[in-house]
Amino acid sequence: MTLLERPPIAPPAARTGLVMEDRERFLFRVARKAFTDEQVLEAERREIFDKCWLYLGHGSEIGQNCDFLTRSVGGRDLVFNRDRGGAVHAFLNTCPHRGAQLVREPRGNSLSFQCFYHGWAFNVNGRFASKYADGAYGEGHYSGGCADLMGVPRLEHYRDFYFINFDRDAVSLSDYLAGAKEIIDLVADQGEAGMEIVGGGQNYFIDANWKLLAENSVDGFHGLPTHTTYFDYLTNVGGLRPDKFPYPFQQVRDLGNGHAVIEYPSPWGRPVARWTPAWGDEKREMIEAGRARLVQQFGEQRGLRMAELSRNMIIFPNLVINDIMAITVRTFQPLAPDKMAVSAWALGVKDEDERLRALRLFNFLEFLGPGGLATPDDVEALESCQRGYRNLREAGWNDISKGMPRGADARTDDEEQMRCYWREWDRRIAKGVAA
Amino acid sequence: MNATTTMAKAALAPATRAEVEDFLYAEAALLDEWRLDEWFKLFAPGAVYEVPTAGAPDDDDSAKALFYIADDYVRLRERVARLGKREAHAEFPRSRLRRMISNVRILSASAGELRVACNLICYRAKNGKVDTYFGHALYSLDVTGQEWRIIAKRVMLDMDLLYPGKVSILL
Repeated sequence: MTLLERPPIAPPAARTGLVMEDRERFLFRVARKAFTDEQVLEAERREIFDKCWLYLGHGSEIGQNCDFLTRSVGGRDLVFNRDRGGAVHAFLNTCPHRGAQLVREPRGNSLSFQCFYHGWAFNVNGRFASKYADGAYGEGHYSGGCADLMGVPRLEHYRDFYFINFDRDAVSLSDYLAGAKEIIDLVADQGEAGMEIVGGGQNYFIDANWKLLAENSVDGFHGLPTHTTYFDYLTNVGGLRPDKFPYPFQQVRDLGNGHAVIEYPSPWGRPVARWTPAWGDEKREMIEAGRARLVQQFGEQRGLRMAELSRNMIIFPNLVINDIMAITVRTFQPLAPDKMAVSAWALGVKDEDERLRALRLFNFLEFLGPGGLATPDDVEALESCQRGYRNLREAGWNDISKGMPRGADARTDDEEQMRCYWREWDRRIAKGVAA
Repeated sequence: MNATTTMAKAALAPATRAEVEDFLYAEAALLDEWRLDEWFKLFAPGAVYEVPTAGAPDDDDSAKALFYIADDYVRLRERVARLGKREAHAEFPRSRLRRMISNVRILSASAGELRVACNLICYRAKNGKVDTYFGHALYSLDVTGQEWRIIAKRVMLDMDLLYPGKVSILL
């Protein structure tokens, strides 16, 4: 009898029944229905997207006062902006008057916002700014904020990564991020003057359930089979360096609240501080200098960790920060059970030498993004899974048990990081169903 | 550039628009028929092949902005080699392709180098779904030798977002 033919394991109490964990038999299974069902998506909208901290954007994307951009997060259309005094806001992109979308450009810099429909105008801090002749509105109409732009209930940031929460009673972002903060620090500390989003972003769609990208982004198991041709490329251009990392480190970590990270010695070059022969000798000096600075500033163990190790992190539910051959920040929103919208950016060192900046972008594209030598094959894999789920009535379960017998010694090509994610998913969805 | 100067320069060009069209149509056929090794031979050593993000300006710089594709000659060679393998999963089995090239213009000519623009629509069919890529392409062509060579090719996608989700084919 194969694994998938086994009868389902009895679900623990107060769980959804869609995630099954048996620690004695080392079995962990997820129902394929979790990727296809409209009601599951409804529950996710209510229990996850209306209650978790969701990534909105990076402070550098609205670097100047009065910068703004529009973005869809958690099913809402938002304006992310900086006001005249430099304070950061996140407004629902709808005119308080009759509802039209207020800001219709993807980004810009403006001293005010004005709705084109009837002309209501607002300061960029959200305050109503139109003046009408006496008699147009009753006394007190403008007070109490009912004519002001509506902000999202919660907006907080950590190291310039801004998050929103539609649940007024949610725990603080700091508590929510839990162990993920330490990993964000390893990325945010790479630039002496901070980090910034580099030159725009990639926005694309995948015909697959959104959670498949959460899994894939921290999945070390698929690396070799799916990305053989990428490793062929590295071999052919001299981009591989099989060094041994000199300190002990944990490969897979549960960061709490459904967040997880894998860390591993990089077979590829890292523009921050890990040179490879493919880049030629002229860049070597600059990159080695960057590496020396990290060691000097953060000590040898942490400095080398930042320089040498790659890390893939999922922050529940839909933020990925992968610090690999370049740094990508990636978030994704469900549009339907079988469709998601992806936004991905490159994060770089602020005030970076222009040669290093060019190398960082060149290196990003060797693997990442819709035209990279690897990401399109990931997209194909996710869409292939989604198509495979058409068979779910007979073939109803995914298996993500790899490495369970290894316990805390899980490896990056095991699946413990995904189990961390699914346990949280199950807990949140079950809580909502019980309520 | 206004229309009059474009026409004046075109008159001085070392090639006619018809010759440029012949070259672009032949290139398109190689791509549609997956004759990628022959396609790569159209590129001069040191050439670049770029696809900026959808809606980017024509003069975007891959050293400063994130593209979808910014290949130097070596990486383009590797991209072509990759697409010849069955492990290039997004294109195995291969998608079916057909593209239309039109509105061909000679933008400028100097010392045997032609700068050329055209519009393009490329249809890609796979797994019961049709992807449409539309945009325009900018070429620098070396027309000094018997065989013309591409010095630079940049495909500008004029969509607002990347609806197909990937640029797994050569545009």
